[in-house]
Amino acid sequence: MHKFANPARFMRLSNILLPWTTGLTIVLFGFGLYYSLILAPQDYQMGNTYRIMFIHVPASYMALFGYGVIAVASAVGFIWNHPLANQAARATAPLGATFTALALITGSLWGKPMWGTYWIWDARLTSMLILFFIYLGYIAVWQTIEDQAKAAKIAAIVAMIGIINVVIIKFSVDWWNTLHQPATLIRAGGPTIHGDMLAALLLMIAAFNMFFVTLLMWRIQSLILKRRIRTLRLQLGGGRG
Amino acid sequence: MTATRLKKGSRAGARKKRRLYFLLTSLLVLGLAVALVLNALKSSIRLFYDPTEVVEKGISPGQDFRIGGLVKTGSFKSREVGDIEVNTFKVTDGNKSVAVIYKGLLPDLFREGQGVVAEGAMNKNGVFVATQVLAKHDENYMPKDVVDSLKKRGEWKKYIASKDKDKGKAL
Repeated sequence: MHKFANPARFMRLSNILLPWTTGLTIVLFGFGLYYSLILAPQDYQMGNTYRIMFIHVPASYMALFGYGVIAVASAVGFIWNHPLANQAARATAPLGATFTALALITGSLWGKPMWGTYWIWDARLTSMLILFFIYLGYIAVWQTIEDQAKAAKIAAIVAMIGIINVVIIKFSVDWWNTLHQPATLIRAGGPTIHGDMLAALLLMIAAFNMFFVTLLMWRIQSLILKRRIRTLRLQLGGGRG
Repeated sequence: MTATRLKKGSRAGARKKRRLYFLLTSLLVLGLAVALVLNALKSSIRLFYDPTEVVEKGISPGQDFRIGGLVKTGSFKSREVGDIEVNTFKVTDGNKSVAVIYKGLLPDLFREGQGVVAEGAMNKNGVFVATQVLAKHDENYMPKDVVDSLKKRGEWKKYIASKDKDKGKAL
């Protein structure tokens, strides 16, 4: 566990990994976009409009995945006082918030032609909007509390309270009747999406995931460097000058 | 020396354990509280009512709510009155059905046998007067040619039924 607590070690490891994950992201997006825009056939009901799902679904997954990363990192940081875990949680938040916004926007653009409305206050859409606000709240905690150790602790508590909402998002379409359709991929009885469409969707999810990991490593690196600069400044005795 | 370090180490370990238990119990309590709240709000969180509930509850005319179900096959009629499209159809959950009238344009996905959510109120004749009709998409995605060939071989209905079976719901 504490092998990875060392920021210097993280810097070294991530410097080795970054070119690979960047390359993999580009390759996966290349294949994913080719599959989803050209190879995958039209849907029997929605025609070409359904292709919004190749952005909407991966973005939604990343919104939830990001929250999972924050929750796990926060728990590790909270229990073991693990500084790198706190930084990882902090670095993830803007990414998660952006993907949540993307999911909400693409969903809205998909909703208008298919459902007939940009927005409806059903359980899935509302819980997703709440996730966006939880992300913003989490970011605000880090921004407003000066003392970093204290900020980490309070942010971790906010993050772990918010995990309940992630559970609600996942099961909202099963617990209550909603306008949003139930799960297509992770459901009893297997996916209800046809071959080439499924391949395209899985490729896009892999691409988004790799993109996410790459961005996250960059962000953690920049946070570590920021801290290092601050420490050096303090050592020089210049304070914030 | 080693004794003090050990002691210190175990105290830190105890603190970690305490933090872990604190976290787990608070999450458990919070989760329980949220579950209770959601359970209490169950009827207002749901987006729509099934035709069976609408018929059995006898909702009074003029009261706004949403009804959801499948557009009953063979029930959809549309006519133009002046510039306005007047649509009538029945919403069913396989058990009961409710007649709906809607003046205005229907969404692209609206068709018989498909899910629909309508907002409005019952009138005195037991007809649901909709102010908004939204199409509900299901979780099935299929290429057109696959559906065509299934239909040609007469296996489309069987396929849909097999997909619907494990859903355990009308919608």
